[in-house]
Amino acid sequence: MIQFEQVSKRFPGGIEALAALNFTIEAGELIVLSGRSGAGKTTLLKLIPAIERPTHGSVTVNGQNVAALKRAGVPFLRRKLGLVFQDQKLLFDRNVFDNVMLPLAIAGESPREAARRVRAALDKVGLLEREKAMPIALSGGEQQRLAIARAVVNRPAILIADEPTAHLDDDYARDIAGMFRSFNQVGVTVIVATHHDALFAPFMTRRLTLEQGRLV
Amino acid sequence: MKRWLIQHREASADALRRLAATPLNTLLGALVLGIAMALPAGGEMLLTNLLDLARYSATTPQLSVFMTLDAGKKEAAEAEARLRKHPLVRNVRLVPREEALRKLKTSEGLGDVIDSLGRNPFPDAFIVVPRAESPEELESMRADFAKFNKVEHVQLDSAWVKKLNALLRLARFTIILLAGLLGVALVAVTFNTIRLQILTRSAEVEVARLLGATDSFIRRPLYYFGALQGLAGGVVAWLLVFAAALLLKGPVGELAALYGLEFSLSALPLAESLLLLGAAILLGWLGAWLSLRQNLRAGETA
Repeated sequence: MIQFEQVSKRFPGGIEALAALNFTIEAGELIVLSGRSGAGKTTLLKLIPAIERPTHGSVTVNGQNVAALKRAGVPFLRRKLGLVFQDQKLLFDRNVFDNVMLPLAIAGESPREAARRVRAALDKVGLLEREKAMPIALSGGEQQRLAIARAVVNRPAILIADEPTAHLDDDYARDIAGMFRSFNQVGVTVIVATHHDALFAPFMTRRLTLEQGRLV
Repeated sequence: MKRWLIQHREASADALRRLAATPLNTLLGALVLGIAMALPAGGEMLLTNLLDLARYSATTPQLSVFMTLDAGKKEAAEAEARLRKHPLVRNVRLVPREEALRKLKTSEGLGDVIDSLGRNPFPDAFIVVPRAESPEELESMRADFAKFNKVEHVQLDSAWVKKLNALLRLARFTIILLAGLLGVALVAVTFNTIRLQILTRSAEVEVARLLGATDSFIRRPLYYFGALQGLAGGVVAWLLVFAAALLLKGPVGELAALYGLEFSLSALPLAESLLLLGAAILLGWLGAWLSLRQNLRAGETA
């Protein structure tokens, strides 16, 4: 489903973030990506939706080499992926409902069908009661769940999350980990970069560990 | 197709919401644009009215043909016959010198003056109504008649219409120039508004791109924003012109009556109104287009 071949990424200034990565992720896996801060986890995850492009090598998603994808094709690649960003990237000028609505508006979904799917996604993360709330009024855990609802509202086959449990206390973090597990159980391929290995260990299929840009 | 329609509906709704969210800004923006457009639109309104007036007052151009003072009845009859034969002449009326004198004598206060002259100062004259209307044909008629025996002078009575028309052409040119300049101002104002909109929306633009928004998705509401703001300005301009026409109607009517003219000022007709609104929308759109080209980077992948 996702294949990295000889992937390296060098940032301007000569910093080598990733070096000669080779690995394949099969459909239905739940991959934990671990490693210290600065090991290259975020960079690796950004290569999949073409937020960053590799300096060398190819990144294949669903048979498509996204490293060589034309700019005009990038939006359509991203619509097929569910992305949970490290800094969440919520929009604070609109309520919970409208935040989750955004991916569907981008896809041009009809408002009625979109509203139904937004509520379904909010229900899955337990925020259905808070659809009118503004993100600023949500707790840290709730904000993270909102970010997850937005990532899954398009029913993606691949869900990519960067540190979804950072800054959360143990109960909330366990809660979030459980959500990723349940998405994985219904067939979604999940890739999570995290420090909280232990939370995901019971149900992950594989662990990829990065050390200074290399898999170990 | 359905998706496309939905996206356009959502984009225009989004633009409307944003205009409504900052009513004071929207109102001020519309006023600036409206006043800028009202100047050429108002000028056009006045000009259109003046053109109507000129057309009504000069439907039948005339030529006055004056004989020399020493011309006798025979020469006058000869000239009349030649005038009647001219292919472009519709009608000829002789004004004998005696009649001209009598008319002037009955005019107030001039009787004594005329009597003191001792002899009739008027020549025989003809008033010629031509078939032709174009200035060139009238000019050639004037030249022909001037060559007749014992004809002193040929006066083209529509000359003042020509002068008025030249003046109005100048006025129209000025209005077009003014409209062009203010059009540029309108584009500049929209350019700036859209630039501010892009800045306000930078977070939204970034997130939307990350979630798979195309450039068109991001630009569409801003195009609508520019076009709608232009339209609002156009409506303000139309209302200003309409109000001005309403206010001026009375005084202009009185003035016209003093000159014995049947004239009433009318506001912009439908075609011009639509042109005004259309131009306003187009200029707003153009400002948005320029601003998006300049201020919304399409280059990067993120």
